[in-house]
Amino acid sequence: MARVVVMGGGVSGHTAATFAKKWLGNEHEVVVVTPNSNWNWIPSNIWVGVGEMKKEEVVFPLAPVYEKAGIDYRQAKAVSIHPEGKEGSDQPFITIEYTGQGKEGQTEEISYDYLINATGPKLNFDATPGLGDGKGNLGPHTVSVCTADHAVHANNELRKVFEKAKQGQKQKIVVGTGHGMCTCQGAAFEYIFNCEFEAQKAGVRDMIDFHWISNESFLGDFGIGGLHLKRGGYAASSKLFAESLYVERGVDWTIGAHVSKVEEGKLHYEQLDGTEGEMEFDFAMLIPPFAGVGLKAYDKNGEDMTDKIFAPNGFLKVDADYTPKPYEEWKASDWPRTYQNPTYKNIFAVGIAFAPPHLISKPMKSPKGTPINPTPPRTGMPSGIIGKAVAHSVVDMIKEGSNAHLHEASMAEMGAACVASAGKSLTNGLAAALTVYPVVPDFEKYPGLGRDLDYTFGEIGLAGHWIKHILHHMFIYKAKLKPGWTLIPE
Amino acid sequence: MGSVDHSIEKNIRPYEPSFETMVPTPFVKFLRTCILWQIIRFIIINIKMILVVKKSHG
Repeated sequence: MARVVVMGGGVSGHTAATFAKKWLGNEHEVVVVTPNSNWNWIPSNIWVGVGEMKKEEVVFPLAPVYEKAGIDYRQAKAVSIHPEGKEGSDQPFITIEYTGQGKEGQTEEISYDYLINATGPKLNFDATPGLGDGKGNLGPHTVSVCTADHAVHANNELRKVFEKAKQGQKQKIVVGTGHGMCTCQGAAFEYIFNCEFEAQKAGVRDMIDFHWISNESFLGDFGIGGLHLKRGGYAASSKLFAESLYVERGVDWTIGAHVSKVEEGKLHYEQLDGTEGEMEFDFAMLIPPFAGVGLKAYDKNGEDMTDKIFAPNGFLKVDADYTPKPYEEWKASDWPRTYQNPTYKNIFAVGIAFAPPHLISKPMKSPKGTPINPTPPRTGMPSGIIGKAVAHSVVDMIKEGSNAHLHEASMAEMGAACVASAGKSLTNGLAAALTVYPVVPDFEKYPGLGRDLDYTFGEIGLAGHWIKHILHHMFIYKAKLKPGWTLIPE
Repeated sequence: MGSVDHSIEKNIRPYEPSFETMVPTPFVKFLRTCILWQIIRFIIINIKMILVVKKSHG
């Protein structure tokens, strides 16, 4: 009997674990280690953040789902990986520390035959002084929509702002990225336009100034270097469409910006052209930069070998080309295909947990040398596809031997379908429905634009909003493993 | 119906970034929330998304 251990129960890890168990049946074990008791459909957190959904609508308990699936669920955080075993035993294992199930604080070793790192991001609020509380949590000066609980708090604070606006006090809302190396510009985009939409509904729009601040060198970069959409006989840059929406909705912007410090009611920033400034706000939602969750790795003698399998950013090295090279020499083939660690063939990383070879957007820095450039997003669809492909590889290795053919899911050969909400309402909501193919541009295969225009498109409208709301229900249904769940594609 | 949506003119100022952008016409804005047209777009967008999903799953 083989044991597959999946660290993380988010989109990628949950997909990997549930498919692995389905394909392996009861003959082999699948263990999920995650510190969370709930699964969270993260794309809908922005709606919780503006009060259009309750927390209960975007989360559900994992324990009953895993019990139904026959998956061994440990509510714990993974602490370290021991791929070579320890003295007296060659059996690889991880160490975990429980966060629930009545064993809070207890540590344990869990052996594995195959390990999938799906730990996602550490929300690195403390990377920007004042953005965090100094202990790794969200600080007191801003809000966040990265977790369901953060989003509930964000809405509570937003409503206080609306109340002040109703009483005639002019308010300023700032939304964007809280560091020069953030990703998830799309989530911030959704949040600012949903806040603006809600302000209109509350009748206080005229009393609120909205301002966007991000590390993108142009609006519409989204961490993927932008994209081109066919419109009116032209292939037009996402910059044009993004700027159009910002102007239409009265949202000013500061871009190419690194937020260097946050204080009560004020942030400090530095821009690509060297400008340094301050921005006051009454309410701010700033996405934190991401890092790996901080897993350590030890060899058989107990010596630290973390940097042997993890990149400096804490993400796990996989089959990518990590050779440092300038932007002009980047290739689509730099990106991983199998997500297998090159040193330990029974370790894989999926979703946000794998170390990308480099950015997707062009690296840029200020005259002072501060890097100010979006880092690569790993959105739901690629994360799910990667999780499923790795599960398939692991299952094949178990059934056919360690030389089994590995399944491939390069982000330079897959697309993403994204829906960015700009306001929730059944009859006059809006969302930008986008597909981009491939996610990582391939300038050799598609010279000039890097993408296949036949499979890259976008439009904004009520239909996009209906699609986002349907996807919310559909993916929660799938994650709960309800009848026919495997028929819903990632 | 005018050729330009005048309601957003207050957001546009000459020689600022806002001046260089595209301005939706009133008809374009109307179509975004026109239920009948959006039902058609819903079908078309879903077809396009399914094609990308299919291509991505190999």
